Amino acid sequence: MSRPKMRDDQGQLKQEMLIFERGGSGRVGCTFPRLDVPEVDPAAAWGAEAVRDEIVGFPEVSEVDVVRHFTRISQHNFGIESGLFPLGSCTMKYNPKVHERVVRSPGFAGAHPYMPASIVQGALGLMRRLESALAAVTGMDRVTLQPAAGAQGELAGVMMIAAYHGARGDAQRRKVLIPDSAHGTNPATAAFCGFDPVEIPSNSRGTIDIEALRAEADETTAALMLTNPNTLGLFEDQMETIAEIIHGCGAQIYCDGANLNAILGKARPGDIGIDVFHINLHKTFTTPHGGGGPGGGPVGVREHLVRFLPRPTVETDAETGAAYLDWDRPDSIGKVQGFYGNFGIMVRAYTYIRALGAVGLRQVAEDAVLNANYIQAHLKEHYHLPQDRLCMHEVIFSDKRQKEHDVTAMDVCKRLMDYGYHPPTVYFPLVVSGALMIEPTESVSREDLDAFITAMIAIAEEAKSDPEKVRGAPHSTFVARLDEARAARKPILRWVPESSAD
Amino acid sequence: MSTTNDSHGPGSYQPLGPDDRREMLDVIGVESFDDLFSAIPEGLRYSGELPVEEALSEPELIRHLDELAARNGPASGMLSFLGAGCFPHFVPTHVDALIQRQEFMTAYTPYQAEISQGTLQAIFEFQTLVTMLTGMEVCNASMYDGASAVAEAVLMARRLMRRGGRVLWSEGLHPAYREVAETYARYLDVEFELLPVDASGRTMIPVLDDDVIAVIVQQPNFFGVIEDLRAVGAAVTEAPAKFIVAVTEPVAWALTVPAGEVGADIVAGELQSFGNGQNYGGPLVGFMATRMEYVRNLPGRLAGQTVDAEGRRGFVLTLATREQHIRRAKATSNICTNTALCALATCIHMSSLGRTGIRELALQNLAKATYARERLAEVDGIEFPFDGPHFNEFVVRLPIEAGDAVDQCVTNGVVPGVALGRFDAAREHELLVCVTETHSRDDIGRLVEGLAEACT
Repeated sequence: MSRPKMRDDQGQLKQEMLIFERGGSGRVGCTFPRLDVPEVDPAAAWGAEAVRDEIVGFPEVSEVDVVRHFTRISQHNFGIESGLFPLGSCTMKYNPKVHERVVRSPGFAGAHPYMPASIVQGALGLMRRLESALAAVTGMDRVTLQPAAGAQGELAGVMMIAAYHGARGDAQRRKVLIPDSAHGTNPATAAFCGFDPVEIPSNSRGTIDIEALRAEADETTAALMLTNPNTLGLFEDQMETIAEIIHGCGAQIYCDGANLNAILGKARPGDIGIDVFHINLHKTFTTPHGGGGPGGGPVGVREHLVRFLPRPTVETDAETGAAYLDWDRPDSIGKVQGFYGNFGIMVRAYTYIRALGAVGLRQVAEDAVLNANYIQAHLKEHYHLPQDRLCMHEVIFSDKRQKEHDVTAMDVCKRLMDYGYHPPTVYFPLVVSGALMIEPTESVSREDLDAFITAMIAIAEEAKSDPEKVRGAPHSTFVARLDEARAARKPILRWVPESSAD
Repeated sequence: MSTTNDSHGPGSYQPLGPDDRREMLDVIGVESFDDLFSAIPEGLRYSGELPVEEALSEPELIRHLDELAARNGPASGMLSFLGAGCFPHFVPTHVDALIQRQEFMTAYTPYQAEISQGTLQAIFEFQTLVTMLTGMEVCNASMYDGASAVAEAVLMARRLMRRGGRVLWSEGLHPAYREVAETYARYLDVEFELLPVDASGRTMIPVLDDDVIAVIVQQPNFFGVIEDLRAVGAAVTEAPAKFIVAVTEPVAWALTVPAGEVGADIVAGELQSFGNGQNYGGPLVGFMATRMEYVRNLPGRLAGQTVDAEGRRGFVLTLATREQHIRRAKATSNICTNTALCALATCIHMSSLGRTGIRELALQNLAKATYARERLAEVDGIEFPFDGPHFNEFVVRLPIEAGDAVDQCVTNGVVPGVALGRFDAAREHELLVCVTETHSRDDIGRLVEGLAEACT
């Protein structure tokens, strides 16, 4: 088999081949117990026409091949333990090791979702405890743990709002108001549920334009979907007026909980007029992002929406104290996940809350906001700061000054990789041109913050003195800047045996 | 202010010390944390202490969590024959060791490709493995779970047909998948109709009217029966409707004819069997695979191959114009997170099994289930409602209510299967039994004894 060139002329490893390009005929990467029952020929059992041949192209590799391959490609990744990971809006905080220990107990890992309640009291009990803790932290009355991620939580939340209006015979409510700084999932979710998303502009202070909101809110409005703190890292401080306007016209307030980390123990959504609130467990409650999931998207609701929660809910029998699944929920929006949600993620989130307690949770918010403001104070002389006042857990700069030298926010990001950092979020929120959204989280020491600040200042200087270097970055990563346009123009989305020849 | 007991939490996960905090407040130019949070108006502030349970140190945490886990049956060696969309398979030790590497476990979605080649290459390999297994041309980077993947497949079929209409789905499609799809489609112009199974346990396909936009059949189906996908495919491809094949047990696909060979338009379902534990039903590994001509209607992320500035092969997320962060209200779905780490475990396990191992695994499952079914056939009073071919699951009909049989067996440390009365009152005597390579001959003996005792 011909193989791609993996090393440069100095023998340095430049590439890791695909798993399909490794190995050799007859190798196997795992073992099987001796078969202690009679063999069955599938062709005899099912008919020959129902049986396939061996899968062409499947790997033939030993355990060592597999371990070396995946270890090597892992080294081409950047994780939270690799260094500062200030990716705005994503809350890339430290994932405690103890989580991985406790979740692997056979009692959790081996529990099947259809086991009778009597033999899964530990799992159901943990879900009850997590629900109570999340309700306590957010001030909501009940919480469903079922949604598998934040976007699915949004879906469940908006469906509950639709069901609420439907139950009141209020079907003319078709509009969902969404600030222009919102995450893309918000309008996508509203549209998914059959609503018409209507964009509400931000004012010059970066918060919701109250007059625009007032003008749009009427008897056809189903909900406002906001994010607080918003994606500009600012607290929507006019919540009382917003609640008056929205509730005044009979609509509901949905809050995207992406930024809950900033307000832990400082403000509770349930206390400030919010009717539905989703939580990203992989953000605030530090379950691993995993390179893009699995997540966890619990949704908290106020009392008037409890009957619409996805089914089953987890309840406690008042007499025996035993936990059980309640399927008898006639007004429920139904199920959103095949079973009860990402239980393994719930175990980690619960463990985290128990490790911190009330004081620890508040300290999380304080340190996260402190770190963001510390970066803001040091960098605002070097990068344009659209909102020059105290921020919450993240600070948004723009590339306005670097643009004068034809250096973009993306260039700054790529150059940061050379300095050993994961870049901030770029070009989001959309309301800031050339946005650089920095969220350091609480999981960073002062010396690491100082080093990051130094690197950002050095890049701002380079943008003036050697812009070419910044534009050509990254220079030290495993691969150079990748041609995304080519990938989209002629999509290659799987390996096929022929391609090993080139 | 903080008690001794509370101090260890923030202390161990948060690097800042009291001096750091004081000096940093100075740099920012505020006096206190109260000032730092001045953006939250007084009236909106929470001033109390959150009513959560007291903080625990790491040794206390481990003890507490282990105590909770110990209250679940599997902690004490409960023998389980439960499948039904969440299967017990052996996962090699190296799979879990590899996914715990922090570079994989703690990484973000690979938007910054230059420092995410590990995740991207693994997704590309995952996509390739699943296309080989299903016989389809393209697979997305994973989804939440099989149930929501099937729900998304219904929506995709509707987009492809550019209209609403009837969706016919088999009684052999997992009932939980049907319920999730109903939730997802609640506000759409889609109606669902159930296609019953015959005495063999296989779906009966009627002549399809033009208003049918999709037909969904699961392989193997919820009752464990191997569907005649060739016949279904031939019937569905006659009509304009899209042919969706659902999967809950992908191990069977090492032996069954791939969906791509029988005219499937979309394959959607679950891959938990490869590389992932049961974890009380989540996280799981949903996926959707389709034909290349439909790729722009496929929801979820996709990794694609490209080159870097120096001509080296590399991988990026691609065709993102389908997705919510670009298209917002016009996206194919609101899906954002997938289940990348679980998909990685699937990718590693499938690679380790490889060309011969995946077949061996499937053959062992078939042999064990066949043996168990034969042994159960010898028990007085046990019957089989379906006579069609099966893989590693089959339904038995008991002389007593299946739920009662489960309760009796559980007292002897065996969960014999899923009582189907929970999904369909007409099936309250039926039990869905799953037997895999993890069950020894002796384990199967205990199942047979337990059910025989319960039935007498």
